[in-house]
Amino acid sequence: MSDTLLTGVEAPVQPVSTGRGPAPRVEDRPIPEAAARLETRRLDFWYGPKQALHGISLKIPEKTVTAFIGPSGCGKSTVLRCLNRMNDIIPDTRVEGEVLLDGRNVYAAGTDVVDLRRRVGMVFQKSNPFPKSIFDNVAYGLKINGMGRRSGLSARVEQALRRAALWDEVKDRLDTSALGLSGGQQQRVCIARALAVEPEVLLMDEPCSALDPIATAKVEELIYELKRDYTIVIVTHNMQQAARVSERTAFFMLGRLVEHDRTEKIFTNPGQKITEDYITGRFG
Amino acid sequence: MNGTTRRKLLSGFVVFLCGAAVVVALVPLFLIFAYVLQKGFSSLSWDFFTRNPRPVGETGGGMANAIVGTLILIGIASGIAVPVGMVAGVYLSEYGKKPFGSLVRFTADVLNGVPSIVIGIFAYGLAVLPVKHFSALAGGLALGFMMIPIITRTTEELLNLVPGTLREGALALGATRARAAFSVMVPAALPGIMTGILVALARIAGETAPLLFTAFGNRFFSTRLDQPIASLTVQVFTYAISPYDDWHRQAWAGALVLVAVVFLFSVLARVVTRRLERMHRT
Repeated sequence: MSDTLLTGVEAPVQPVSTGRGPAPRVEDRPIPEAAARLETRRLDFWYGPKQALHGISLKIPEKTVTAFIGPSGCGKSTVLRCLNRMNDIIPDTRVEGEVLLDGRNVYAAGTDVVDLRRRVGMVFQKSNPFPKSIFDNVAYGLKINGMGRRSGLSARVEQALRRAALWDEVKDRLDTSALGLSGGQQQRVCIARALAVEPEVLLMDEPCSALDPIATAKVEELIYELKRDYTIVIVTHNMQQAARVSERTAFFMLGRLVEHDRTEKIFTNPGQKITEDYITGRFG
Repeated sequence: MNGTTRRKLLSGFVVFLCGAAVVVALVPLFLIFAYVLQKGFSSLSWDFFTRNPRPVGETGGGMANAIVGTLILIGIASGIAVPVGMVAGVYLSEYGKKPFGSLVRFTADVLNGVPSIVIGIFAYGLAVLPVKHFSALAGGLALGFMMIPIITRTTEELLNLVPGTLREGALALGATRARAAFSVMVPAALPGIMTGILVALARIAGETAPLLFTAFGNRFFSTRLDQPIASLTVQVFTYAISPYDDWHRQAWAGALVLVAVVFLFSVLARVVTRRLERMHRT
């Protein structure tokens, strides 16, 4: 299958003529250069000898939600983790190509990784609150980045918890351990923790995969709120979630970007047969 | 005899063997407790805890100097071994995947197996010979050397049990690797590390050999770190090989106190672990 797949991949962001009949093609909205907050250019990635990403080029516009979808092991999480260089800590890995944040390559020599990760926050698949109090969890990033002296600290913590729609639920128990919260609340603590350091981009790696439907709905509402201020990239296995929360969707397969377009188009009129097969559940 | 009965018999026999092994393992412990208690309890008195040894020939007196001395020696040992051991453990867990890490790990295991008398000789050469006299510091140093590998390995193993997702969480917020290790990983593993430290303390509190020619022993009350200092173990040893009945009785009492101290540390280890774990959860 790979050959047919690869040919379509060479210029992934280009409009693809598919010969799928006269269905009215949704206009491809070109992404102006200036609005692309994040961009990957011919990104290759290796785990040891195994190449996990093949020439991923994609643009992520500002203040939108971009969903990464694709079958397990397709590389979507790897791409996500390249965006804030979290893959650096995995031994025996190699990156080629560029990741541009506001036009500057984050893999360039001399990049301050610590500053990069402050600007590009991350929420993980499994909620990972520190075994500390709720307050200390949210304040952690502020403290290590030297943001907020004593006085400003609690105000910033409150603001972050409010943005994460958690303040009302925890305001009376900020000193208790974050591990005593429910799964959904823990995940929102992690979101609040990431928001507290005022990032510009928020990466979410399957943030709802361990949550029940009600907690998932809350996090999705939150994402919807947050996109007014943040550029969000979310990896998800849940097609409905991608359709619900994102404006743009990128479909990955076997370490390649198959298609990247407006979510509406991906879900109603995908450019590639394989995308349609995946979305309609014929495989994956 | 058919197959089923044979298998049942064999199973019963193996269970019996396991039970017997448990009994064999526990009997010496209880015998020691019972014997020390029986021999030592009658010689315990208020004086034993508050008085110092009397001159040879006079009866009475106690081991106040040795009890305080043991606590001081343990204090010095922990002061050296806890920071060194913990930081080394963090190193092994966070950065120790390279060959150098394996070397450190191997060295720690070897050091852990070095006979305590050899550690004593080493400390003698290091801290007694240059200054030409025995000292509490030298004794604490010897005990500290014994604690370091235990604490190092416990810290490493417990840090390895902390989910790596916590480290990622800290790094994703802009923490450096070391910052993540000390502000997130170590606190998460702290209950276990505390247990390891207390187990190491219990282990060295009962050591005699490393103290024989470092702390040496002292028949007088002393808290000076640059002077020889008494310890329960050495005092028990000295009294036990003496020809005086009164000293023998005191040696038993000393042995009882020593066992009690070690027991106390073990209990403390359990309590502290439980406390800290509960604190983390709620």
